[in-house]
Amino acid sequence: MSDVAFEQHAPGPAAAPSWWRRLIGFNLLAAFALGIGGWFLGHWIGTRITIGMESQLGTDQNDVATFMGFLFAVLGWLIGLGFLNYPLGRMLGRPASLREKEDEGPGRYFRLCTDHKVVGMQYFVTILLFFLIAGLNAMFIRAELLTPKEKLWNANQYLSLVGLHGTMMLMMMSAAILGPFANYFVPIMIGARRMAFPRLESLSFWLVPPAGLILLSAVALGGFPTGWTGYAPLANTARAGMDAYLFAFALIGLSMTIVGANMLATVVTMRAPGMNWGRLPIFVWGVICTSVLMVLAAPVLFATLSMVALDRTADTSFFLASAGGSPFLYTNLFWFFGHPEVYILALPGFGVVLEILPVFSRKPLWGYRLAVAGMLGVTLLSFMVWQHHLFVSGMNADLRPFYMLTTELISVPTGFIFLNGLGTLWRGRIRFTVPMLFAMAFFSNFLIGGLSGVFLSDVPSDVSTHGSYFVMAHFHYTIMGGLVFALFAATYYWLPKMTGLRFNETLAKIHFWGMFVFFNFTFAPLFVAGMLGMPRRVSVYSSSLQGINDFVSVSAFLLGLSMLVFLVNLVYSMVFARVPAAANPWHSRGLEFQLPTPVPVRNFERTPVIESGPYEYGVPDAPPVAALGRTAVVAGGESSP
Amino acid sequence: MSRGARVLAVAGATAVAVVLVAIYVADFLAANPTPLRAAPAPGGAQLTLQTVASYGHQPHPDWVSYLARDGSGRWHHTTVFKVPAHALVRVTIYQYDTATGLRNPFWSQVRGTIGGTMTVDGRTMNALPPEEASHTFAVPELGISVPLKGVAEEAPNQCEVAPCTAAQAHTTVTFTFRTGNRGRFRWQCFVPCAASFVFGNGGPMQSIGWMDGYVQVV
Amino acid sequence: MTSSASAAAAPSGQPHVRRLIAIWLLLSVIAVPLVIFVLGPHMPPFTFSNEARDQRNVNILLAALGTPVLIGIWVALVYSIASFRQRGPALADGPPIRGGGRLQTVWVVATTVVVLFLAVLGTITLLGTAKGAGGGQGPSPLAVPHGSQPTLPVQVIGQQWAWTFRYPTYGGVETTQLAIPAGRVIALHVTSLDVNHSFWAIRLAVKADAIPGSDNVAFVRPRRPGSFKIRCAELCGLWHGHMFTTGEVLTPAAFATWIRREVVANAAATKVLPPYATHYFPEPLRRAG
Repeated sequence: MSDVAFEQHAPGPAAAPSWWRRLIGFNLLAAFALGIGGWFLGHWIGTRITIGMESQLGTDQNDVATFMGFLFAVLGWLIGLGFLNYPLGRMLGRPASLREKEDEGPGRYFRLCTDHKVVGMQYFVTILLFFLIAGLNAMFIRAELLTPKEKLWNANQYLSLVGLHGTMMLMMMSAAILGPFANYFVPIMIGARRMAFPRLESLSFWLVPPAGLILLSAVALGGFPTGWTGYAPLANTARAGMDAYLFAFALIGLSMTIVGANMLATVVTMRAPGMNWGRLPIFVWGVICTSVLMVLAAPVLFATLSMVALDRTADTSFFLASAGGSPFLYTNLFWFFGHPEVYILALPGFGVVLEILPVFSRKPLWGYRLAVAGMLGVTLLSFMVWQHHLFVSGMNADLRPFYMLTTELISVPTGFIFLNGLGTLWRGRIRFTVPMLFAMAFFSNFLIGGLSGVFLSDVPSDVSTHGSYFVMAHFHYTIMGGLVFALFAATYYWLPKMTGLRFNETLAKIHFWGMFVFFNFTFAPLFVAGMLGMPRRVSVYSSSLQGINDFVSVSAFLLGLSMLVFLVNLVYSMVFARVPAAANPWHSRGLEFQLPTPVPVRNFERTPVIESGPYEYGVPDAPPVAALGRTAVVAGGESSP
Repeated sequence: MSRGARVLAVAGATAVAVVLVAIYVADFLAANPTPLRAAPAPGGAQLTLQTVASYGHQPHPDWVSYLARDGSGRWHHTTVFKVPAHALVRVTIYQYDTATGLRNPFWSQVRGTIGGTMTVDGRTMNALPPEEASHTFAVPELGISVPLKGVAEEAPNQCEVAPCTAAQAHTTVTFTFRTGNRGRFRWQCFVPCAASFVFGNGGPMQSIGWMDGYVQVV
Repeated sequence: MTSSASAAAAPSGQPHVRRLIAIWLLLSVIAVPLVIFVLGPHMPPFTFSNEARDQRNVNILLAALGTPVLIGIWVALVYSIASFRQRGPALADGPPIRGGGRLQTVWVVATTVVVLFLAVLGTITLLGTAKGAGGGQGPSPLAVPHGSQPTLPVQVIGQQWAWTFRYPTYGGVETTQLAIPAGRVIALHVTSLDVNHSFWAIRLAVKADAIPGSDNVAFVRPRRPGSFKIRCAELCGLWHGHMFTTGEVLTPAAFATWIRREVVANAAATKVLPPYATHYFPEPLRRAG
């Protein structure tokens, strides 16, 4: 591990510049200015180069210009943030440095910063923002579904809402735990001072806001009718909003690949002495498995979306059956990414809940090796099941038994996680803190999600449930009931460490109970609606299903309200109340909680030596997790300068 | 930061969020064409429409589109029509576009109108050669499907900008259908008429306000 | 870190385990028959066709197998919460059980056996007893049901945004309504003229994706006359939610009358239709205006 960078940081500026001088430079403001300018430049170039191009004539939607606009906007955005400064500086012979990391003050949250803790906070706020926007779309969808006929939105608007909700959620939730919490805590948990590639880490974050904004721009471009799956050849014929979907999702694919590669490199090469694979916190194992999936699956997404983009701009015909392409090619490529993506969402959740359970059960993690095996098993199997999304598509019908087997086999390693969870709780000293409540709710929800998945994996049962609200309820139980509950568990568990401020516990408990109850009220009835014949993504349904749908809609609004409780709690606790949190509020053995709050910029005064595992609760004479030198504090001590 | 500044910051952020959400919703709602009521006529209503090869105005000057005429004779760019329930609706369509041809020739037969027929320039017909169709006016939930004959390619005085006038090359299609109970029914075109889009099914073919809309029976 | 002396002195978990297993067995013994005999007969997709009945039986079986799992894990969760909750501010550590051992082996073996059982059973149902279970099987189906009468082929054509149906054995007539005779094997040849659709006849329990350029065959054996809803189950664009219609299962005599009437009513369209084929290629080219 090279720490050259830290030895040669320059001293701070002599005098603080005035506030408006500080706004000028490579920061968010410049990024917005250059991004918007880039859009117009790119669009103009795109319009120039397509003069005379037959495929773009007469459609009033120049897809080439739209893509060029997005491309230049993102380039302008990154230049505005200063991503070119370092490579250009190196080319001009300037010395290597990680100067961006030394930045202090609130300004660093609004610009390129290579401190993994700053990136974590940036991720947290951004993901939360887009999560709320996507959730707002869900509220609009449920408002429409109060009546069996189209009332509130017309068909075009409804499909756009469905697409925006699904795509935004999938895009943002892919990094919901890895972005904020893995970036912040993985280096600390393994005893490192930074990520392996700090600038790439910052890049992976700064690709997320433009992706979200570009996706939202689909509204102004006529929306897109395909939902989050973007099936071709429908995508080939869709309006310009489709370009926004393709470009935004591809950006997220790029970001995911970078995150995955960076995480893997960090965990493999930067573990502190003594942090052997058997002592790695289980959350880090979850991150490793997710990263493997990201590195292997996200490039496929990027390639697939690029092919659709070529079909739309360069008049290729990858997915047009009558011109030598195949619609099956799209579904295969997409689900080859899409199914691992489901586990990109689930695995960090496994890691989080298994990380939290031992702390609040005051027991070692039950069956550590089994948990690791379970996660690795899920990772491996998730690449072998994708055709279960195509059981009734008529393709490779002879292979259906194989995919039925692999899909059902995936419940074996998933079952390990349940055994780990229950074994950890068993005879523990369980404390009902808010993170613990969310972690336990995760098991209840994921159980229902998993068992309903068995119906979908069984071909005869899947014939009727495929493409229905049954599927919709199933994946909301796994993704929302799994990932989002784990996300909130992680938020309540780690955010006090990140900000040094405590949450209001009463509001947090109201949030939990509201979310848990209304989550189940919202999604459990939809299993029935699906089995009774309600397809996904429709705004018109049989009037006999109105009762179920009205109940679900009202529950969904209350579920949305519980999210507002969280938001209110977040703003109240972090902005107004500002009750300081102890350095180790949960009495956790985790290495991250042995550091002072706020965590110093360089994390560790000197490289820690790991002396025991993180879950040695109740083990007689277990040594502290690491020798930390002067910075070591157990509960709320002073930090070193 | 002082408490006042914090309150101000949170209030400001909330205001920005509310404004952005309002813009977002308004942006959505703006895409909804305003409904046009069919003119009253003996026994029911008279709905007068025209189809144009290119709308000629922003936001999509090159798109094919339907337009509708109100009681005072003015043309409106809308595809949401209000017609009375349990009444005869006489539809007159001035068709200014050239033929594209049906993808599925099945839709060349007139369905769901009174007598299963239409008149094309005064001649009563029950079907059209599929390659002569320029558009269809189809309300699948009411069983209505009427193919519209295209204007000859070589006809002089072709219309290029909506609204087109009686002097320009067109065919006139009329038919009558009986409405039932109240409701909102979608209608569409089955001819792949969206020029330059893959399959001819993109753009205006997938957009309410152009080749798709609603018939509101009120 | 608190001392673990109290934890080490705690009694072993044996009575807890026995009690837990007793609760689980009791609840399962009550719940499983309820699922099979009370809920089972009311499980979708009911019994309108042989395929629907086969699927319902699979659903009953999966629900009956899933119930003990659901109960087991819930009981373990609730039992742990109730029995091992630590109240008050005192921080005590639990016993340092690291797990592994016999329970782990039993769990791995048991879940694997159940999963393999399900996969084998699913394969037997799909290809053997249920003969495809109403799902689309592609152009050369593996599981073909045979009836006493010859199979009736019906082509289902998805297009943006309507279903039409072609009867190759009745002069290739195309209709807007699907009607099929009861008591006969129907082979539905599902295809599309533009983008991906999915043909879902809900009460018949048939689902087959309509993919352009592909012939997706699904078999169904309707058991009695009645009507059923048809919907599109794959997002296909603007009017996806409106792409529904009602189909009819008729008695053989009523079907013969119906198809004769349709042949006459659609004569004008039939004349101009292309010859019957398993799929029709839409022209992909961008047309000039």
